[in-house]
Amino acid sequence: MSDVLAVTEHRRGELRDESFEVISAGRELADDAGGDLHLAVISGDVDSYADTLNRDGVDTIHTVEYGEEFNHDVYAQAIEALFADLEPTFVLMPNSVNGLDYAPAVANSLDLPLVTDVIGFEYDGGLTATREMYGSKVETTVEVEGDQFALTTRGAEWPEAEGVGEADVSAFDFDPDEDAIRSTVTGFEEVGAGDVDISEAEFLVSIGRGIEEEDNLPLIEDLVEATGATLSSSRPIVDNGWLPKNRQVGQSGSQVTPTVYLAIGISGAVQHVAGMKGSDTIIAINNDPNAPIFDIADYGIVGDLFDVVPELIEQFE
Amino acid sequence: MKVLVTVKEVAELADDFEVDGTEVDDRYLEYDLNEWDDYAVEEGVQMNEAGVADEVVTVTIGPERAEETIRMALAKGADRSIRVWDEALEDPDLLDVETKTKILSAVVAEEDPDLVLTGVQAGDDAFGATGVALADEIDFEWGAVVNALDMDADEGVAHVHRELEGGVEELTDIELPAVLTIQTGINEPRYASLRGIRQAQSKEIAPKTLDDLGLDADAVESDLKLTDMYEPESESDAEIFEGDAGETAGKLADVLREKGVVQ
Repeated sequence: MSDVLAVTEHRRGELRDESFEVISAGRELADDAGGDLHLAVISGDVDSYADTLNRDGVDTIHTVEYGEEFNHDVYAQAIEALFADLEPTFVLMPNSVNGLDYAPAVANSLDLPLVTDVIGFEYDGGLTATREMYGSKVETTVEVEGDQFALTTRGAEWPEAEGVGEADVSAFDFDPDEDAIRSTVTGFEEVGAGDVDISEAEFLVSIGRGIEEEDNLPLIEDLVEATGATLSSSRPIVDNGWLPKNRQVGQSGSQVTPTVYLAIGISGAVQHVAGMKGSDTIIAINNDPNAPIFDIADYGIVGDLFDVVPELIEQFE
Repeated sequence: MKVLVTVKEVAELADDFEVDGTEVDDRYLEYDLNEWDDYAVEEGVQMNEAGVADEVVTVTIGPERAEETIRMALAKGADRSIRVWDEALEDPDLLDVETKTKILSAVVAEEDPDLVLTGVQAGDDAFGATGVALADEIDFEWGAVVNALDMDADEGVAHVHRELEGGVEELTDIELPAVLTIQTGINEPRYASLRGIRQAQSKEIAPKTLDDLGLDADAVESDLKLTDMYEPESESDAEIFEGDAGETAGKLADVLREKGVVQ
């Protein structure tokens, strides 16, 4: 049997979307390999999580009761213990911030080849994974040597599993080495609250690296003023301190769903797209015709924003 | 306290490029200091300036060409550098996490740092895994995706914020020695000053082979083999406005009016 062990994720009492995506990815791989899909749910209210995770295609859910929130030392030890018990062919983990905080340690401890941020895979006795490189400009296929494998799957690449399953729920007897738990989560902090809530805006003018320098910000502010839009940005603008954190759209910033999202000088990295792909209409201005933002845009201008934006301002003055 | 910072020279693709087999020809590549590592270097240098660290050493796995990038880190204030390269490293077109982990752990064994800083990921292969795998290998504690750091060297604890998704940060205390993977935005990386660039010329970049580190060619036998590389098919069904800036702006304005977001 070539079983799959997939690890789920929760935060502050809620299962995260990644948990249901990793079920779909795990089922696909288990079908390819002809094995069962095992889920691990670690820490927190595991019994209630197991109820919700019992979706179509799940064979067994292993609950690991220990602590309330994510702790990478606990996760790593629990997964390693489950691995020893189940001997699965694959360990599947979400390529989330927390996934990346334990998956490499698990793979290293278990001496498994690790492929991260996987967007597709095939198994026919040998494993081939698909992933991107160079900021999503190329896709690659990677042949992985080994009998057992560790993979992290990119968010939103697989649909969330639905339906009601018939999984067995099994409490895993977990006895961690407490001396090896050398990190302590002391709390959470919401960041980015401020005067403006970009997630409420109907029309967002959003800027990225393409605006080049802070001195070009007034040009965009003129456009915002002329159109009555709300200003937002991709990550580098906030990293540079040109706009406050509450303006950031993306995986680590806000999720937005405006009627129109006008992306100016934004290339469309996957982390950014995760925050804005729910916009009704996406319009992109970028001088690189191959920029990934055009893949999800409804309308586009391939051109220099410093030529287009002044003309656009003129249209509304 | 001694801080070891991993520094990678990454390749960036030009806007237009061609894929040849499983690689992109050198003429379409520009090499630069990995963006995330730039923040890691800055964090190390600031710890040095604050008197928390006594020495900041960088380590790079890369060919001689990478010395230009390493000098950049030295010009920003790192004290000295180690560059690991070997003929055996020229063959694999993809260094897997395990290989990098073995090499870096051999350097850690020689240098004995109290803290290792790495970037969260590299802009080229984007595995995002080396720091945490290294921590496991050398039995250091770790924290991934750190966007705020307050070192309490006396207590032997790093108080960090980890940047989670959706505008939430996790506050975590991490026992030293530790590996922290540094997220962009944690600080403001400095530009190298002219004085810094001059000083960097006389700082040490120690070349090391696998043999020097007590490793043999088996250490770089990768479990991963790149078998194909291609430009992803564009899924675009975007309507692209044609014409000069005035014409395209006019069409865009029409769409905005049509959607009712601008009067």
